[in-house]
Amino acid sequence: MIGCASIPPGSEPSPHDPWESFNRSIFAFNEGLDEYLLKPVTKGYRFVLPKPAQQGIDNFFGNYRDIYTSANNLLQGNFSMAFSDLMRVVVNTIFGLGGFIDMATPGGLEKHKADFGQTFGVWGIPSGPYVVLPFFGPSNVRDTFGTAVDLETDYLFRLLPDVALRNSLTAVRVINARNNYYEAGDLLEGAAIDKYTFTRDAYIQRRQYQIDQAKEGQEAKPPVYENQYE
Amino acid sequence: MFIVKRILSLLFLLILLIAPGFVSAQNTPDPNTPDGLIKMIVADVMASVKADPEIQKGNIPRVVDLVEKKIVPYTDMRRTTQLAMGKNWGKATPEQQNQLITEFKSLLIRTYSGALSQLRDQTVQYKPFRANPSDTDVIVRTVVIGKSDPIPLDYRLEKTKDGWKVYDINIMGAWLIEAYRNQFTNQISQNGVDGLIKFLQERNATLAGKK
Repeated sequence: MIGCASIPPGSEPSPHDPWESFNRSIFAFNEGLDEYLLKPVTKGYRFVLPKPAQQGIDNFFGNYRDIYTSANNLLQGNFSMAFSDLMRVVVNTIFGLGGFIDMATPGGLEKHKADFGQTFGVWGIPSGPYVVLPFFGPSNVRDTFGTAVDLETDYLFRLLPDVALRNSLTAVRVINARNNYYEAGDLLEGAAIDKYTFTRDAYIQRRQYQIDQAKEGQEAKPPVYENQYE
Repeated sequence: MFIVKRILSLLFLLILLIAPGFVSAQNTPDPNTPDGLIKMIVADVMASVKADPEIQKGNIPRVVDLVEKKIVPYTDMRRTTQLAMGKNWGKATPEQQNQLITEFKSLLIRTYSGALSQLRDQTVQYKPFRANPSDTDVIVRTVVIGKSDPIPLDYRLEKTKDGWKVYDINIMGAWLIEAYRNQFTNQISQNGVDGLIKFLQERNATLAGKK
């Protein structure tokens, strides 16, 4: 699979993506992995597990992630968000059967998402060039370090003593993550003219947007389009 | 039991304190303002989707019909296509421009309809609207709250002589026009404007054939 993906002739190089040729190879590898392994497995998961069970599992991992979201919001200086995220974990763990039911969202505690790559961005570290990581997908130099810290500090992935349980949990977690964009993935497939470029340009925008939103009192600025004529 | 009750009431109080934005005022929106217009469209579309069992079953032509009737009149697809085309817009003949608008519109409607058909028990929360009365280019920010992660969904509107028109949307942090610009440029530098039109026509035909 690797090697067969080169830049289509005539396509304009993006200033954000100097390693496009290499990135396209990894992208093709990830696509193959998804098509032949991850998506079929996720399809089976959707077939076997009833919807409420899928939801419960998603809630469980979401509740666990909220701990890290809270910590990152704290590091970003968003204290009220960090506190509200922590309250979510307390509410959902105690009253939501260990996180399997999300009681906090209907109770008015909005869910957020924060990670270390975003935190580094809020601290002012530039993104660096766009990178496609094997298995993890779209990223950039900064977010690659962010993902490394995310994984290094992840209790269920790294530190849980029972290896068999740890591995099973990681497998379910990956399938759950894929399941969350199962329908959206098909939509993207239909909407994209060139999926690589579409994914890249959306990722670059999205990360900047998340960082801008996380900076207190700042709103993400819309793009300025240069051709205003007609 | 007593302690549990105490904790519960304490928690409830805390939730009330930190979520003041949750209970929003239910005023009738004014469609002459950009935020009022979006509120009106969203409320109308969501009510229609939830009331239609055919749409819930995934009847895409029916959703497309809904989008054509209730959303498209409030958009400016000409401007959307023009901005996505960038400097290549001027290279297209008026006839090619019209073809591009038709095909791009059709692709977007189909994608949007696919997303709408997945709407179940989501609610839409409006972020505070900040604009001066004299502004002619504004953003209405919303968040779609559902069972999984919240989805930011922003609308960019322009004031025209026919009222406010949506010309760009932001889904989860990515603006639509911006996400298509490079794809359009690449396709045109590879196969020309006609190549792009042909690509969009074929894609639309494939998508229409699926359902």
